Amino acid sequence: MIEVHNVQKSFNGNPVLKGITCTFETGKCNLLLGGSGTGKSVLLQCIVGLMKPDLGSITFDGLVFTNNKVDIKQEIRRKIGMLFQGSALFDSMTVFENTEFPLKMLTPEMSKEERRDRVEFCLKRVGLENAGTKMPSEISGGMKKRVGIARAIAPNCTYLFCDEPNSGLDPATSIKIDELIYEITHEYKITTVVITHDMNSVVEIGDHIIYLHKGQKLWDGNKDEILNTTVPELKEFIFSSSLVRAAKKVDEETEGGLAAATSDEAINI
Amino acid sequence: MVKTFGEFLIFMQSMLVRKERLAVLWQRTLDEAILIGIDSVFIVSIVSAFIGAVTCVQIAYNLVNPLIPKSTIGFMVREMTILELAPTITSIVLAGKVGSSIAGGLGTMRITEQVDALEVMGINSASYLVLPKIVAAMLMFPLLVILAMVLSITGGYLAGTLSGAMSAQEYVEGIRSDFVPYNILFALIKSVVFAFLVSAISSYKGYYTRGGALEVGAASTGAVTNSIIAILLADYVLAAVLL
Repeated sequence: MIEVHNVQKSFNGNPVLKGITCTFETGKCNLLLGGSGTGKSVLLQCIVGLMKPDLGSITFDGLVFTNNKVDIKQEIRRKIGMLFQGSALFDSMTVFENTEFPLKMLTPEMSKEERRDRVEFCLKRVGLENAGTKMPSEISGGMKKRVGIARAIAPNCTYLFCDEPNSGLDPATSIKIDELIYEITHEYKITTVVITHDMNSVVEIGDHIIYLHKGQKLWDGNKDEILNTTVPELKEFIFSSSLVRAAKKVDEETEGGLAAATSDEAINI
Repeated sequence: MVKTFGEFLIFMQSMLVRKERLAVLWQRTLDEAILIGIDSVFIVSIVSAFIGAVTCVQIAYNLVNPLIPKSTIGFMVREMTILELAPTITSIVLAGKVGSSIAGGLGTMRITEQVDALEVMGINSASYLVLPKIVAAMLMFPLLVILAMVLSITGGYLAGTLSGAMSAQEYVEGIRSDFVPYNILFALIKSVVFAFLVSAISSYKGYYTRGGALEVGAASTGAVTNSIIAILLADYVLAAVLL
């Protein structure tokens, strides 16, 4: 479990995170939802240690990460796997070498054969068992995301962070990546945090959703509860999705009922 | 200026904490030595051979007094090559080739989040990426400068003898006269200092790149410009202190 307590961050006096307190639960897909510029990426960077919060604390399973000793921070970091928005694969390495890299660096006690077995297992798990010899420049965006996931899970990570895993992908590939993240989270009982503004991801994998708006947490709940929200900003965000609007329209025509569709306010967005 | 220098010192210090395992760093240093050293042999050879040749021809053109022996040409080519041309011009050429490559490579890694990926894994990216580059440069620059010395003097020999400006005997006599071995040591000290400046400044510029492709280009340009200025300043300081 990751606990974020009163995290604040400003840039040049401009507050981006205004005292965020939230919890990311173990074994669940925790979604950080929000529009552009709401502070999702900044919060994620604070959590993984790429940025230092001005105030507040972040705790990983009881171990305080912020302002702790370097050794403890390192211990926590080595349990973190991260899928970056642009995949961040090392250009000079093959898919196999990219996946093997964290094992080589973090687990020197592993033999070459053990590493090879682990990499082959991870690549197979993400459906890329035949792509090991390819360079990142030779594979598609979706495959790069898969390699990113394989690299993240290779050292048996306890926490998986995904920064907009669907960005730049077609809808079908997005769904596959979402499904992969969801399966891996539940299969290995890891704490997964996914940044997204994609409503498809919300309804597909949102075990626990935290909605950020203007640097503040406005709402949290799960994918079943989100459509019944009474928070106006969240309603506006949800119904700005053309897919949700279309679904709502079909629902109304068939006299079904998205619960949230009863709101006139939402219809007018 | 002071702030930038302070950041540069902090950057240098950050490489030395939380270092990776020695075996990893050694392998990375060997890889970088190939990129910095072996891959630069061609350009250094071409530049130094022609500089030696041109130096010889131009000195011969200017030495028209019949009272000055022809062997002076060889002597002057040797002194200019060892004291200045080989270490300084080679380092300036390498600042262009190696410096831009280091800054461009690190800048691209930065904007494509590869540096962040290393940090998230708990790897000290400065130590893993930059330290091997600096060590490799400090190992390879002196070797390239020695190569440049040999080729430059050989270029002078070929240009002088083939153009008929002097005989081979006169040139050899010139390059052997009044030889001061300390000058070689001085040139090698200079090359090590220049190697540190080029690799450290270029790494700093690349490592702290922010933005996109344009900024990577700007970082490369800044790396080369600043490295060359630093080389020239250090050249003067070293000459004043060590000679």
